Amino acid sequence: MEYSEKVMDHFMNPRNVGEIENASGVGMVGNAKCGDIMKVYLQIEDNIVKDAKFRTFGCGAAVATSSMATEMVKGKTVEEALEVTNRAVTEALDGLPPVKIHCSCLAEEALHAALWDYAQKNNLVIAGLKAPVKDVDELHHHEIEE
Amino acid sequence: MSTKIYMDNAATTAVRDEVLEAVLPYFKEYYGNASSVYGIAKESKKALEKAREQVAAGIHANPAEIYFTAGGSESDNMALRGVAEAMKNKGNHIITTKIEHHAILHTCEYLEKQGFSVTYLDVDEYGKISLEDLKAAICPETILISVMFANNEIGTIEPIKEIGALAKEKGIYFHTDAVQAVGHVPIDVEEMHIDLLSMSGHKLGAPKGIGAIYIRKGVKVKPLIFGGAQEKKMRAGTENIPGIVGLGKAVELAVAEMEETTARLEKLRDKLIQGVLEKIPYSRLNGHPKDRLPGNCNISFEYIEGESMLLLLDALGIAASSGSACTSGSLDPSHVLLAIGLPHEKAHGSLRLTLDRNNTEEEVDFVLEKLPFIVQRLRDMSPLYEEIAKTAKQ
Repeated sequence: MEYSEKVMDHFMNPRNVGEIENASGVGMVGNAKCGDIMKVYLQIEDNIVKDAKFRTFGCGAAVATSSMATEMVKGKTVEEALEVTNRAVTEALDGLPPVKIHCSCLAEEALHAALWDYAQKNNLVIAGLKAPVKDVDELHHHEIEE
Repeated sequence: MSTKIYMDNAATTAVRDEVLEAVLPYFKEYYGNASSVYGIAKESKKALEKAREQVAAGIHANPAEIYFTAGGSESDNMALRGVAEAMKNKGNHIITTKIEHHAILHTCEYLEKQGFSVTYLDVDEYGKISLEDLKAAICPETILISVMFANNEIGTIEPIKEIGALAKEKGIYFHTDAVQAVGHVPIDVEEMHIDLLSMSGHKLGAPKGIGAIYIRKGVKVKPLIFGGAQEKKMRAGTENIPGIVGLGKAVELAVAEMEETTARLEKLRDKLIQGVLEKIPYSRLNGHPKDRLPGNCNISFEYIEGESMLLLLDALGIAASSGSACTSGSLDPSHVLLAIGLPHEKAHGSLRLTLDRNNTEEEVDFVLEKLPFIVQRLRDMSPLYEEIAKTAKQ
């Protein structure tokens, strides 16, 4: 198993690590049992993602996808941010080893959870956005088993 | 980054200079098939028997009780499947532990599908089995007890002599997977009442692809591989003479130097363990503090994940391993760490550093200098540590 140069770059020099105080939306998915947890903070103004930060407990792929996903959503509208899918993040990283694909699902889930939190706080309905699964643990395992 | 500090000697070791020198003539000069009659073949045969004596001497066995194999996994398979088949008319029950290497565990699972029943003994928080549990698990159908000599992940050494005595008293064969132990801790198959023992060359400075199994005279085992009269028909296939010569030499050297190497390694190991535990909060030693392999250090760090640690260590040229799911190739962290009672999150954050005779005090100091920064860097990135850090600030 070998990571691409881009994955290693984002792992060794992760962008956007940290938290945003009074963030517009916060999402946390995964669990310690599986070995990865991702927490995403979004600052959203005028429907635009002005800033994104993350904290991640996980392997190299989990950290790199968190870094890349937060980079990719910055400057996007909320609707555009929804299109930052696991596939888009993986492609932007020049791919991940097959056993690590589930880590990229976590980044998408964390982003969606943060956007959902933002929508809930502001009584918004964002087309195409579903409530995060309560038991992220279960969802995560199903994703992997596929 | 090229590896500058290699601390993964439980995974594999570099071939020793003396071993390399000993094996080289058997590639191009004495390449004869040991079963042939001409000159160079005689050299092969001689080398084969000399190595058998060296290996036997290393564990206080008789040379006739040593059979060469392709490695530890084959020896483990041969012990379990070979005894199971030879003894199936006597019984169908095997006792092993939850912390064995997969070469044992997966073979047991296979045997279960063939109609054998297997008891997997629990271990305590240090990774030791209980003799009481073992006694209680024995039934009239029990044909084999297989308990590893020393654990590959946490380094814990099992009470082999006591297990051997019990097995002998009950008339049950006793096998031990001694892949991590041979050449590292004293082994006496007579004194310890061991009936079968697996070993591997590449854990002690011999090449990969060579191992051996000790089978006590009179113990019934069916072969796994047919097709020739080699190894008294117990293991067909033209002998891997260079590998065999290497194994013999490596065992001989390791046993001769054991006292000195152990004293030096234990000092380095304890410096490493104590240094890490002192410098890094929320860390714990895995495995037994005293009854452990001289070069094994296994520590769990809370709030971080193992593979990330390995990548950052690798960036500094340090080679290590972890029991995290991401490094085990499955979704679960190491079965050994779970068996000693670690919750999943702590098992994911484990780091194994295994030293051998090539490691120096300077290397240990370098790791002790760098590791705290690596752990802190990952903790600063971890959502699990966020709360801890905030509480600490208040």
